[in-house]
Amino acid sequence: MEIGWYIFLSIALFCIGVIGALTRRNAIIVFMCIELMLNSVNLLLVAFSKMHMASTPALDISVATNAQIFVFFIMIVAAAEVSVGLAIIVMMYRNTHSIDINFLNRLKN
Amino acid sequence: MENIFDLVYWIPLLPFLGFLIVGLGRKSISKNVAGIIASGCIFISFCLSVFVFLQVSKQGFVAQHISYFPFIHFGKISIPFEFQVDQLTSLFLLIITGVGFLIHVYSTSYMKEESQEGFGRYFSYLNLFVFSMLLLVLGGNYLVMFIGWEGVGLCSYLLIGFWFKNNDYNNAARKAFVMNRIGDVGFLLGIFWLLSAFGSVSYHELFNAETGIISKLSNPDATVLTGITMLLFVGATGKSAQIPLYTWLPDAMAGPTPVSALIHAATMVTAGIYMIARSNILYSLSPVTMSVVAIIGLSTAILAALIALKQNDIKKVLAYSTVSQLGYMFLGLGVGAYTAAVFHVMTHAFFKALLFLGAGSVIHAMGGEQDIRKMGGLSKKMRITYLTFFIACLAISGIPPFSGFFSKDEILSAAFAQSPVLYIIGLGGALLTAFYMFRLLALTFAGKFRGNDEQWQHVHESPAAITIPLIILAILSTVGGFIGIPELFAENGHKLAGFLAPVFSVSAAILPAHQLAHQTEIILLGVSVILIVSICIWAWSKYAKGSPVTDKEAGFSKVIKNKFYIDEIYDTVIVRPLKSLSGFLAHVVDKSAIDGLVNGVGKSISYGSRQIRLLQSGQVGTYIFMMVLGMLLLFIIQMFTK
Repeated sequence: MEIGWYIFLSIALFCIGVIGALTRRNAIIVFMCIELMLNSVNLLLVAFSKMHMASTPALDISVATNAQIFVFFIMIVAAAEVSVGLAIIVMMYRNTHSIDINFLNRLKN
Repeated sequence: MENIFDLVYWIPLLPFLGFLIVGLGRKSISKNVAGIIASGCIFISFCLSVFVFLQVSKQGFVAQHISYFPFIHFGKISIPFEFQVDQLTSLFLLIITGVGFLIHVYSTSYMKEESQEGFGRYFSYLNLFVFSMLLLVLGGNYLVMFIGWEGVGLCSYLLIGFWFKNNDYNNAARKAFVMNRIGDVGFLLGIFWLLSAFGSVSYHELFNAETGIISKLSNPDATVLTGITMLLFVGATGKSAQIPLYTWLPDAMAGPTPVSALIHAATMVTAGIYMIARSNILYSLSPVTMSVVAIIGLSTAILAALIALKQNDIKKVLAYSTVSQLGYMFLGLGVGAYTAAVFHVMTHAFFKALLFLGAGSVIHAMGGEQDIRKMGGLSKKMRITYLTFFIACLAISGIPPFSGFFSKDEILSAAFAQSPVLYIIGLGGALLTAFYMFRLLALTFAGKFRGNDEQWQHVHESPAAITIPLIILAILSTVGGFIGIPELFAENGHKLAGFLAPVFSVSAAILPAHQLAHQTEIILLGVSVILIVSICIWAWSKYAKGSPVTDKEAGFSKVIKNKFYIDEIYDTVIVRPLKSLSGFLAHVVDKSAIDGLVNGVGKSISYGSRQIRLLQSGQVGTYIFMMVLGMLLLFIIQMFTK
């Protein structure tokens, strides 16, 4: 297995996420971009875990799969976080009839 | 009464309880009850003191040392709260509680016109005063003594400023307190030095003949001992009103008259004498300090006697006479005549209390007038006061056989043994004493009344609560001297010297013994008695006719009248520069430097945060951009730090 491809893929995903978060103004798209960054890291974790397990066969299976279990935890927490984030966006829309993040600068100064 | 020493803590505790009861209940306890409680506490203490005295005066008594609880304990130093009862202590206990009780009784009548609350306050302070003084003399180490020492300082402040609505009185109280504090610093430093040099402040450890200071210093370390004793003496000059710290005592006349009697006779000013007599071994080992003590004492005696010549306030004359008599006591201590000094403390307590209480009786009769130029002829209306006052004058002037004669003579002959110069100057002071006392007596009681008719109508003999203490004190002033008859007149006549011998035995071994030939002693006695008697008669005849006291003075007498301008000199040299310095510190250093620094910190933080606040633009995009920048920065740092 070539680890390089996985790294390239996750870097690409992460960069797409960063650029999207920086340039887009729609709150939902920004949110999606952040999720993209998060999950690119998850992908990297899983890839490294697999590589690690393949390179050291003597490793105990329960130890070797730690990173993958870790990723599940991250996804569960991310799911919870998404529900909160979406709820905030819904409330934002109800209040301002807009989901443009540049419109939300009342905390300025 | 085998275990009287188990009860010894009740002696100071009772006045303290009296202070608490009368002080806390001053609004609800009636005047009579307050007076009875306060006087009763002192009276019981007095009875206990008598029992202690009887026990102590038994043959073969050794100093009792009673330790109650550990007071300070750190490192290698452990100072217990302890009492020590020996001959010196028991004598002072008798003086303090005995004279203190008489003054309490006197006060119940003298302070009758105070409000109920003021009356209670007065008596609670009085009890606290006696408590502090008892603690001072009972303390078994310098620390406990220091507690009492500070206590009497505080009480004198409270009582001198008793009528605190008068601003002058407040200033007098403050002056007394500050002057005392100056001395106290010296005393405290002396204690610290003692502790660091010898590792203990307990008398029974320091002054033990086998294991104490003497054994530690086979070759006495003169500088350390001189330093310690000088510092202790600074404390004594503050408390006992010696040059240069004596100016508070004449001003202390602002308090009620019985308070003056208490301060001058039983408590407070004798503390310095007691302290030096207690540390006699230290002083005997440092001859330099001894001469300083003698010289300071003598100069104070002369200076104060000179000032007293020209005072017109009845209480001021007495105040300066106290300063002068205290000077004699220090002269006695300085020439190594510890017994004589303690003897003079005792006789002085009797006749000075009598003088002040008599003066109080006069002031009472005169409706508050204190100026002797407006008195005169009072002997016709106030027989008892006059007679007792007369006895006190005889005693203080040193006319035999009254008590002052024996004690003063003992000090003076000890001074003669040291150096005839000391004796001659001391005798001069005694002559001045005789002169101003008889001037006071003549102006007050003889001649014609110089006040107005209304006052003359008001003049009356004081009630029994005032006259009975006067009579008792007069008897004591008359016979008090007989416990110290010199060897000259009776073999083993000096009971007091025999009684106090164990306290001063170590010192007696150190100091060279001066024994005057009996012939010399007789000549000295004869000369001093003849001179003093003639001075008394001269002063009486000069002033008894009520010779007009002029206000205009010139030359030296003007200097004397203005008390040698000592107060003014202190004011210019010390008080004003200090005031301007504190003004500088308050207005310049504090306002600009310290306030500037403190406010500057606050201002700079507030300014900085106002600038940083601008970073928070509210643009979510910017925040994310910042986050990415931060991540990049971390990556770069990580790359370079590998």
